[in-house]
Amino acid sequence: MTLQNSKTEQEAAARGELGWLHSVESGAAVDGPGMRFAFFMQGCLFRCLYCHNPDTWKIHGGRKITQEDALAEIRPYAGFLLKAGGVTVTGGEPLLQAPFVGRLLSTLKRELGLHTALDTQGFLHESVTDGWFDSVDLVLLDIKHGDPEFYKKLTGQALQPTLDCARRLTRLGKKMWIRYVLVPRLTDGADDILRLADFTATLGDAVERVEVLPFHQMGKFKWKELGQPYLLDDHPTPTPEEVAKAQALFAARGLTVV
Amino acid sequence: MKQPAETRSKNAGRRPPESADSSGDAWRGFDGADWKDAVRVREFIQQNYTPYAGDASFLHGPTARTKGVWQKLEPLLKREREKGVLDVSADTPAAITAHGPGYIDRESEIIVGLQTDAPLKRAIMPNGGLRMVEQGLEAYGYTPDPRVAEIWTKYRKSHNQGVFDAYSPDIFAARKSGVITGLPDAYGRGRIIGDYRRVALYGVDFLVRDKERELAELDDAVFTEDVLRLREELSEQIRALDELKQMAGAYGFDISRPAATAKEAVQWTYFGYLAAVKEQNGAAMSLGRISTFLDIYIERDLRAGALTEEQAQEMIDDLVIKLRIVRFLRTPDYDALFSGDPTWVTECVGGLGLDGRPLVSKSSFRFLNTLFNLGPAPEPNITVLWSPGLPEGFKDFCAKTSIETSSIQYENDDLMRPRWGDDYGIACCVSAMRLGKQMQFFGARANLAKALLYAINGGVDEVTGAVVAEGFEPLRGDVLAYDAVLAKLDPMMDWLARTYVKALNGIHYMHDKYAYERIEMALHDRNILRTMACGIAGLSVAADSLSAIKHARVQAVRNEKGLAVDYRIEGSYPAYGNNDGRADDIAVWLVTTFMDKVKAQPYFYRDALPTQSVLTITSNVVYGQKTGSTPDGRRGGEPFAPGANPMNGRDAKGFVAAGASVAKLPYGAALDGISWTASATPDALGRADGERRKNLANCLDAFVEAGGFHVNVNIFNRETLLDAMERPELYPQLTIRVSGYAVNFVKLTRAQQLDVISRTFHTCM
Repeated sequence: MTLQNSKTEQEAAARGELGWLHSVESGAAVDGPGMRFAFFMQGCLFRCLYCHNPDTWKIHGGRKITQEDALAEIRPYAGFLLKAGGVTVTGGEPLLQAPFVGRLLSTLKRELGLHTALDTQGFLHESVTDGWFDSVDLVLLDIKHGDPEFYKKLTGQALQPTLDCARRLTRLGKKMWIRYVLVPRLTDGADDILRLADFTATLGDAVERVEVLPFHQMGKFKWKELGQPYLLDDHPTPTPEEVAKAQALFAARGLTVV
Repeated sequence: MKQPAETRSKNAGRRPPESADSSGDAWRGFDGADWKDAVRVREFIQQNYTPYAGDASFLHGPTARTKGVWQKLEPLLKREREKGVLDVSADTPAAITAHGPGYIDRESEIIVGLQTDAPLKRAIMPNGGLRMVEQGLEAYGYTPDPRVAEIWTKYRKSHNQGVFDAYSPDIFAARKSGVITGLPDAYGRGRIIGDYRRVALYGVDFLVRDKERELAELDDAVFTEDVLRLREELSEQIRALDELKQMAGAYGFDISRPAATAKEAVQWTYFGYLAAVKEQNGAAMSLGRISTFLDIYIERDLRAGALTEEQAQEMIDDLVIKLRIVRFLRTPDYDALFSGDPTWVTECVGGLGLDGRPLVSKSSFRFLNTLFNLGPAPEPNITVLWSPGLPEGFKDFCAKTSIETSSIQYENDDLMRPRWGDDYGIACCVSAMRLGKQMQFFGARANLAKALLYAINGGVDEVTGAVVAEGFEPLRGDVLAYDAVLAKLDPMMDWLARTYVKALNGIHYMHDKYAYERIEMALHDRNILRTMACGIAGLSVAADSLSAIKHARVQAVRNEKGLAVDYRIEGSYPAYGNNDGRADDIAVWLVTTFMDKVKAQPYFYRDALPTQSVLTITSNVVYGQKTGSTPDGRRGGEPFAPGANPMNGRDAKGFVAAGASVAKLPYGAALDGISWTASATPDALGRADGERRKNLANCLDAFVEAGGFHVNVNIFNRETLLDAMERPELYPQLTIRVSGYAVNFVKLTRAQQLDVISRTFHTCM
């Protein structure tokens, strides 16, 4: 790629005309209500130890797509999605490509009338305006840990922007599902969970549900393929009892837990 | 076109049978009249059934009696799993009245009747082929009876002998190489559904009189070969009906008269079916569509206070127990093709009527409920005729049944109803036929992927080096050019269709002659539609191979004799199964082109209408074993994807995209059905039970609306299957759907188990 091309691409990306896509999934049922068409956007600044999509980290990796390319992926299923669910933009971290994602969500909403969900950890929320969220029906807000120190260890980034994002979404009247990945020994401390549950409870009705997602090892092979050191190689996955226990802690704060 | 013989005698005087009403008040409270003086089961159903739009909350669990009968079978089933077969009645060639009555637990059974005199004891059926019987017996350590061998070598010819007398060398060569496989030339063709409901509604005497009328109408016809065959068949049908009556009599029932109660209706219907499975070892012995028919009787008794819901469910449970233990003696070769001891006792539930009313009754629920009351099972092969217009409560219960048992399949009623009306059943896996008015000549399948390799190699088999298709030149050069390959493939498909249809004409001529399905055909009208049901295997391999040749660069790797035995692919290509027209259009082209080539053949036995299926059941494994490396990158010997499935792992965009690709295959060019098997983990359907059911029902609606024909739904974790391979004793009832039917996972061969596990599981990532 020449420098000139690269510069043109950067500008197109800034205008939201060009994006980097990892993959799509036409039948996702666990990333928002109903059956979802999921866009996995490329690129993430987090380095979560338990990430199951490390192949989405690299910025400007994957496939380059235009807005029209993205819509062409959706169109064959628009009728189905209208009735059965909607579209979820996830990743990677979709806010890394906020201009592209914002335009896409807006078209999906305006032209196809689809339900839209954004799956994010919120870290970059300050990079977009309040109006950017107008086309988002639901935010799946991933909060990786309740303790700022541990959050940093786990993800390589700070917790506070994510909490600020949650407050902002509440102020904007956005519906939220809080997603919490339960990893034995890393995120299963009762105090940490309660701390997060307390915070979540302060968000009020904006939070429709809390999802406790049990850590799994299905992403392990990707770390191997990428030649990245995977620290959780032999890490156990939570038992159903451990999941129920974590769910109960959230529920104890009056939250709806799934 | 030649006029079918059966319609040539229209002017013969029609003598309607006497009304069956004379035999008491069996029809008390039933509406309508036009079904009373002629065999019109469909009209009876339409005029009398009670649609049910509610949910499953009325259903009853298993009674202690039901559990007791089922538990009585469990040790027998366990021993059968260990030995392969439990017992064989080796010295008694099967017939409707060959065996005396048999019971599981005489005092407790509500519905009675076994194929032989003991549960799970298999009969021998040498009319299909003595070889199959002898190989089956020897495989399981039994000694063939010398008298049976003497009769079927010295005095009586079998279907198999007849076919082999007629086959030509090209057919033998194609059969041996596996480019055509699974032909019913050594076993019963099956896929014929007697309208067993007729036995209950009319009683046997009425049916005999009706057959006598049909025969008499031909008294003055010109005695052509067609008319003579038909007259002999009708006489055989009458004889079979008489034997059916005797068989029921041995169990203490007089079925000469119509069934007068719900229990009798279930029993009479089952006797009709039982007679068929006593005499025929068909590849598929399907039941039809009896639940809403029986519901009419059940509703009448419920309303009269003569029956409780608990008793109604018990009757259905007891019937289903019988259907679960239908067995045939088969050979290890056969099992390699169709593993897991399948019988395809296919029973359809759901669907809409032509007037728009759903044909869902409470008994549709009761049939599904047996999968909870007795646990998951492959048989009967419960098939939901799906339409977005079905009541929500029924959709929800179907989805629940899929998620919890993986035992049922779905077929598109909106596609079939306009073509076949609202009283069709499914034979085997996906073959629709109007009940009592249509049958098929089952034709197994031709291997399209191998035909593509023959096109490249000029008819020389890539595995054996033998010339199978004579008179073809191989493709020269190493880089495969798309147009050049198509130019070779076209005449090769002509050759395949020609050889294939020749074989099928021979098979069905001989099957009618030596192993005629007397009782099943006695429960049909005289004038029926026959289809010549061809089939194709290896669709996704052939489509992806052509896509690779077109969109990537494929180089043939030749052995020392110049035979292309492997392929090197440079670059990537779009694969069938991702809703990408570049590949999907090739699959559509293959289906329509091969159908056209079949249709172009000059002769179809008995004026059969040529059709085809895209279905492999478990034979995708054997087809793969017999097929060398293919230009899509598949290694020689590796299994094909089953049915119309995308190749394992190549449907990268999830199951909605995969389903959209499959739905593009036109039903009009595959009227015998298009099979898709989708497997998902429970989590992929959602987190909460209610959401999972809703999501699955929505997906089925969407698939049907897109024109998809059939889908098997498997919901389980890969880990469960791996564990079941290691510890089969813990999973005796683990049931999975495999391209058109269900099997006990632990009864599959290891290769087939690995194939199932390697298939694309849709999970959320």
